[in-house]
Amino acid sequence: MANHNAHTEHGDHGHEGGHGSMKSYVIGFLLSIVLTIIPLVAVMNGMFSKQVTTVLILVMAILQFAVQLLFFMHIRDEKKPRYNLISLIFGLVIMLTIVAGSIWIMTYNAVAT
Amino acid sequence: MAEAIKNKGHLAHAGHGSHGGDHGHGHDHHDQEEMKTFGFWLFLITDVILFGTLFATYVVLRNNFAGGPLGSDLIEMSGIIASTFILLTSSFTSGIALLEMNKGNKKGLITWLIITALLGASFIYLEVNEFIHLVHEGANIGTSAYWSAFFTLVGTHGLHVTVGLVWMTAIILQIRRRGITPVTKRKVNIISLYWHFLDVVWIFVFTIVYLMGVM
Repeated sequence: MANHNAHTEHGDHGHEGGHGSMKSYVIGFLLSIVLTIIPLVAVMNGMFSKQVTTVLILVMAILQFAVQLLFFMHIRDEKKPRYNLISLIFGLVIMLTIVAGSIWIMTYNAVAT
Repeated sequence: MAEAIKNKGHLAHAGHGSHGGDHGHGHDHHDQEEMKTFGFWLFLITDVILFGTLFATYVVLRNNFAGGPLGSDLIEMSGIIASTFILLTSSFTSGIALLEMNKGNKKGLITWLIITALLGASFIYLEVNEFIHLVHEGANIGTSAYWSAFFTLVGTHGLHVTVGLVWMTAIILQIRRRGITPVTKRKVNIISLYWHFLDVVWIFVFTIVYLMGVM
């Protein structure tokens, strides 16, 4: 049984959640804390103009997403062919199309607000 | 796609032949679990699209208050900041649970899953309190387009976390009874993926709804 377990772990090498080290989790956690504090401070103190702040906090959110994917969801460790990554990209393309498309259409559709 | 599924599961006979030597018995079972994880990943992708539509709706309707209260009037950031850090921490603790599982430490796995679930429960507690506060101040789901979009988006995320809590409790009970097996291992892997995903969604809720709302 113990032998089998060790074997399974070896076999697991390469998919999401299969491994990762304490170090990578701690680094990911610290990065996610920092990436949350930066936009918080920027918004609460009103440090920059509205436009700069908007771009800054969106960039921080996207970086935060990347941190979760890389350090927690182990997207890098997937073995080829990378179906998980490809399906994720596909989903993101659809999501961005819906969001950007809606904003675009409704911006020009606006009756005097 | 049929071919993709075949390859993912290494069901193709050719694949079997070339891998047979170093994988040995239990291979089919292992592939089955891997397929289930991939299936769950595809569910997460559809969830990305679901939240995408809700975010699109929110962004489009964000200025339509219909003479009712504004978001920035009623939102109290202190509670939101607390729940953000709670959810971030729970994403981290579910990762530690995974590490304990890979070490074969059943007790550690259960402990960290319970900590994760408790953090999730406190997140829900704060959210319910916030909703009660908002309704008290005169902003419910029918008040204006803004508040409809707000409650649908934030509420759908909260519902996901609630479902995750029930699910995590069930998995904890199952691990207590059956121990760490390939099947329970896959289940823990899947719930931790789900949990990280919910954390990612919350980051965008926090940024787009709350931070931009009070800016």
